[in-house]
Amino acid sequence: MFIFVALLLPVVALLAGRLLRPQMGHDTKLRPYECGVEPETDARERYSVRYYIIAILFVIFDVETIFLFPWAVIYDKLALFGFIEMLVFLGILIFGYIYVWKKGALEWV
Amino acid sequence: MPTDLHYLAILPEIITAATGIAIMLLDPFTAPQHKGRLGWLGVAGLLAAGVAGAAQSGRTMTAFGGMVQLDSYSVFFRWLFFGVSIGTILISLQYLKREGVHHSEFYALVLFATTGMSFMAASVDLILMFIGLETVAISTYVLAGFKRSDPRSNESAVKYFILGAFSTAVLLYGIAFLYGQTGSTRFDRVAEALSAQGPSAFFLVGLALLLVGFGFKVAMAPFHVWTPDVYEGAPSPVTAFLAVGPKAAGFAALVRVLYSALPDMENHWGDVLGLVAVLTMTVGNVAAITQSNIKRLLAYSSVAHAGYLLVGLVARNELGISAVLYYAVVYALMNLGAFTVVVIWSGAGETRVHLSDYAGIGFRYPFLTGCLSLFLLSLIGIPATGGFMGKVFLFAAAVQSHHVGLVVIAVLNSAVSAYYYLRIIVIMYMQEPAAQVPSVEIPVPAAVALVLAALGTLLTGLYPSALLDLASRSVLAVR
Amino acid sequence: MIPASHYLILSALLVTIGVIGVLTRRNILIIFMSIELILNAANINLIAFSRQLQDVIGQVFAVFVITVAAAEAAIGLGIVIALFRNRETINADEIDLLKG
Repeated sequence: MFIFVALLLPVVALLAGRLLRPQMGHDTKLRPYECGVEPETDARERYSVRYYIIAILFVIFDVETIFLFPWAVIYDKLALFGFIEMLVFLGILIFGYIYVWKKGALEWV
Repeated sequence: MPTDLHYLAILPEIITAATGIAIMLLDPFTAPQHKGRLGWLGVAGLLAAGVAGAAQSGRTMTAFGGMVQLDSYSVFFRWLFFGVSIGTILISLQYLKREGVHHSEFYALVLFATTGMSFMAASVDLILMFIGLETVAISTYVLAGFKRSDPRSNESAVKYFILGAFSTAVLLYGIAFLYGQTGSTRFDRVAEALSAQGPSAFFLVGLALLLVGFGFKVAMAPFHVWTPDVYEGAPSPVTAFLAVGPKAAGFAALVRVLYSALPDMENHWGDVLGLVAVLTMTVGNVAAITQSNIKRLLAYSSVAHAGYLLVGLVARNELGISAVLYYAVVYALMNLGAFTVVVIWSGAGETRVHLSDYAGIGFRYPFLTGCLSLFLLSLIGIPATGGFMGKVFLFAAAVQSHHVGLVVIAVLNSAVSAYYYLRIIVIMYMQEPAAQVPSVEIPVPAAVALVLAALGTLLTGLYPSALLDLASRSVLAVR
Repeated sequence: MIPASHYLILSALLVTIGVIGVLTRRNILIIFMSIELILNAANINLIAFSRQLQDVIGQVFAVFVITVAAAEAAIGLGIVIALFRNRETINADEIDLLKG
């Protein structure tokens, strides 16, 4: 019974809205909303290759943190050894970060 | 917490990886004209790693939860890989400057690839083997495309990447089946489970996918099709490295997997590899005959040589594996040497890689052409060269295990290969030179690499026993 | 509990889709996505086996595969961008400078 009501409710609500609202077919309504400013170009524009570089760098640094989760779960048992190992791991990641930084891959030209 | 954390067991790998990281960190602080110093730092790191490896020779231990095994086998391959990487750096020092791509990442990537190769030879666990393989693969994808603004280098990298990633995925799928059937990724446990259960369908699927994956990595026919394109487009020192290092590492890991993890299925993989060996040799040699670009020719020749190496695997006896190790070293020497000549002679922008560009330079550049002739003769397997002794050992092992037909085909193949190797020598010494023979400068580091490779090729041919002893002591760890 | 065979069938299907994708598609990015599909099929296998065997190694392996695949993806995209800068195409059929 409940499931019928659940299915019915959105259908009725949408239909009612459709029937009751005033029909004003304007182009303006279909245009993408740009915070009230007139849109200047098509949304499907080519964007800077810089985005890809940032995205690629993000993927690497993001996924590498996966190793932190299992480490955090059994941190108690690993004790000092685990802590130092993780420092080494993070250290290598940070070296990578310094390299990326110094090479200027993070600069927005 | 595992109890067998013997960091000493992986000290050479730690040194190479740390040197690679150090090079990357120092790179932004190094003036462009001093990038060569970082190359020398790489050589120093590799030498230090070699010494660290030597200090451990004769010891046997497993470390890190049974993932790494330090034994004579891993020490043998470590030396080979360190040597190959030193050679690669020596020939690229001048090359990178000449081609205008002198970035020190090149040296770092070579060191990372070396770390991966070294782990491939030392791993006794499928996980570590996979990670080692990927470390090599990812570093070499970048190396192949190192000339970023050269479309040919791009294309080489894309092709290598697509086929390499595909083969890795297939290999991993096979590994998953092996794990599912045995409940462990350690070679010894896989072997135990296999002998307890007998070869089931899952084992066969796993083995087949594993062989396909390795087939791509070491360029066995019919999975060799990427080789000529990738080798032609990649920067020449990288081609030299690819033809020697990752291929030897692939064989190192393959031998370990087959003999340590899947010995009870040797009838299955032995027969398959026998067929593949015949196919690989024949395809490589026949295709090489028609090539006019020396890099493509050497690419097909490297396919053919993978076929010869497989003969040693098919033999399935101790001499067979020692012969594989022996031939891996000899092959590394002569191929690195031949590619060094190609690197030097190709000139800026690698314009002179056509066989006709070698016409008549024999007496103009006696050092270069003399060395190249020696390497080519060794690749054919002419007596008094390392290539000859290597083939003798490989074929003797196959005869010992009654694979006479295979040996006959292999010898016939060597005869075919003589045609295209000798053709280069004929072109160099007997054809009329072009109107203007270009002048090339032989950079000192590359000349050193050339001399060392030539000496090695001769010494292994004249005094084969020392290296063979070392190789046969090394295989005891595997069998 | 869902039996392991269901997961194996799922991963076999994914591998098939992936292999067909690699062999038939001409856009390098789509080929690359197909390869990722095979890698993830292997991951599903590893985790299904790990669950069936009550053994944690399979999951450890899967975690390593995920990170390695991320590194591979980064390198692959970098190579594709380098190619696109020079050639203005990522169609596998048009990448034909090298042949013999």
